Parts: sequence; structure tokens; C-alpha cells
Amino acid sequence: MHVPDGFLNAPVSIATGAVAAGAVALAIRGARKELDEKTAPMAGLVAAFIFAVQMMNFPVGAGTSGHLMGGVLAAILVGPYTGALCVTVVLIVQGLLFADGGLTALGTNIILISLVTTFGGWALFRGLVMALPKNRVGLLTSGGISAFLSVPLAALVFSGLYLVGGAVDIDLGALFATMLGVHVLIGIGEALITVVVIGAVLTARPDLVYGARHLTPQLTLRTSSTASSSSTKAAV
Amino acid sequence: MSRNRLFLLIGLGVALLIAGVASYFASSSPDGMESAAQDVGFLDSAQDSAAAGSSLADYGVSGVNNEWLSVGLSGIIGVLVVLILATLLTTFLKGRGPSENAEPGTSSSSSSTGA
Repeated sequence: MHVPDGFLNAPVSIATGAVAAGAVALAIRGARKELDEKTAPMAGLVAAFIFAVQMMNFPVGAGTSGHLMGGVLAAILVGPYTGALCVTVVLIVQGLLFADGGLTALGTNIILISLVTTFGGWALFRGLVMALPKNRVGLLTSGGISAFLSVPLAALVFSGLYLVGGAVDIDLGALFATMLGVHVLIGIGEALITVVVIGAVLTARPDLVYGARHLTPQLTLRTSSTASSSSTKAAV
Repeated sequence: MSRNRLFLLIGLGVALLIAGVASYFASSSPDGMESAAQDVGFLDSAQDSAAAGSSLADYGVSGVNNEWLSVGLSGIIGVLVVLILATLLTTFLKGRGPSENAEPGTSSSSSSTGA
């Protein structure tokens, strides 16, 4: 999904850069409420893990590959604001050190791979969690479906940006159809990886899954509202 | 060793194995974006990033000729750089929540206690 430099014109790249900067500033504000002694190191691990799994391109059809984007995975594990920051750190390191994704396209990539997937995916996840049974299967199903949908959603947003400021005059109908088609396939991989990883963490440490807090209300919900939360959490 | 630390160490180990070892076996076919750009006809508008000369560009370490070693090392470096940056950021932000979380003066002392 990483957009290289040159696909989008300068005005759109500047606009996406400004929107991404503003949204990341909001995510920083939101993340302050999500982060505590336990989730801060967990978020560091989530970012590192997403970087690693993004290296694992899997084949989708002949001659094409895809990899995890990780926005929904991050949002469910550490919360949407913190999750968006995790994926943003991954994108900045990829762009600056690994030349993966353009630099003028960094704002575009943050919007597509971080913001659309974490916030769009999180909204889908919350909706599904409310509709489905409040148990492990319901949670994993919600995570899988929202992870799956987050990939074609990001492909749609890219196509929309191209419609506004694409560098080359092309058949826009073909762009939307091709982008959607290939990213629906990649979304299957996104869903599988997301479900396997969330399932593993749920088994090992259900208390570390932000999106599962409604399943274990005894400690997490109560302590988060009291001022002395840090001492109780440290004792757990 | 606390349960949290054990979990973090195991998670980091898995990430290092994926980036350092398994990544060599990743598909090298063009990704969805690149293949769509090729099919629709705008791939040629792609330009080299200003970071294209980086010694880690395209997930290899320049100067390391063994392909497996080069990819693996770049992956391990990437995992550690992301881990450090993200942990620094989230550790800095934690406990600095808008007003309801303790006054700013006390946050420095609470952040020094390792979990």
C-alpha cells in the first residue's frame, strides 16, 4: 500500500501532509488517556511487531503480493489513538531509513495506512462488538471483519485522492476497480494475521488487549476512573 | 521477572525472528499498490524517494553481500529502531493525560519507576 513519491501531485501531497500532521497531533492528545505504565511498553512492542510483519509480503494471485497494514491490530491491542501513533512511527522509519514509501507521500501514507485503518477500522470494530456476542469468538470475528474491510477502505481513499490529484491522466473507473480488487484479496491476509495475533494475546494476556476491556471489566474499567489507579495496577 | 516483562521479551523475540529470519522468504512480487499502478498505467510516474540512497534502502544493508544476512540485519535494525522510538514516544506521553491524571510536577517521579 505504500505510496511512492510522484503518484500524487504537489497540492494533494501538501494537503495530505497537513491533514496527517493535524490528525497525528490529535492522536497524541488521545493517546495520553490510553497510555499508562502497562500499555506504554506494550505500544512500543506493537509498533516493532507491525514493522516486522510488514516485511512479510504474502502472494495474492499471480505476480502480486500484499502485507499487513496493522491499523486494526494496533487499535485493538493498544487503543485507536496509540495504535495510530504506533503505525505512524513505523511509516516514518520505513520512509526515512528504508526508502519504503515516498517522503513527499509520507502524509498520504500516514492517512492511508495509519489513520484510515486505525480509526476507520476501530469504528467498524466497535460497531461489530456491540452487535455480536460479548465473548472471545465475537471479539475475534469483529477484529477479523474490520481488519478485512480496512484494506479496501484504504484503497478507496487512495483512489479518491488520485481522483483529485493524480499525476497521470488515467481511466479512473479502472483505478477504483483494480485497487479494490487486489486489496480485497490482501484484506483476507490482513484479517487472518489480525485474528491469529489477537487470539494469541487474548490467550496469553487478555488484560493486555485494549479492545477486550469490555470482556474483563472487574479490574480495568474500575481502576481507570480512579486517581489511585497506578498503584493498583502496579500490584496486579 | 514480571509477567509483563516476560510477555514483552517473548513478543520482541517473535518480532526479531520474523524480521531477521522469516523475512527472507517474503514474496518479492510487486505489492497491491504497485501492481495496480502497473495495470492502470501510472507506475512510471513513481519517483525515487530522497531516502533512496539510505544504507538500509529497500530492506538491505549496503555493503553486506549475502542476501539473507543483508535482509535479516536490516529487519533487526528496523525492529529495534521502531521499538526504541515508539517506546520513547509512548513513555513520554504516558501519565501526561489532560489534567485528570495528577499534576505535571509529579509526573517525572512516577515515570522513573520501571514496571
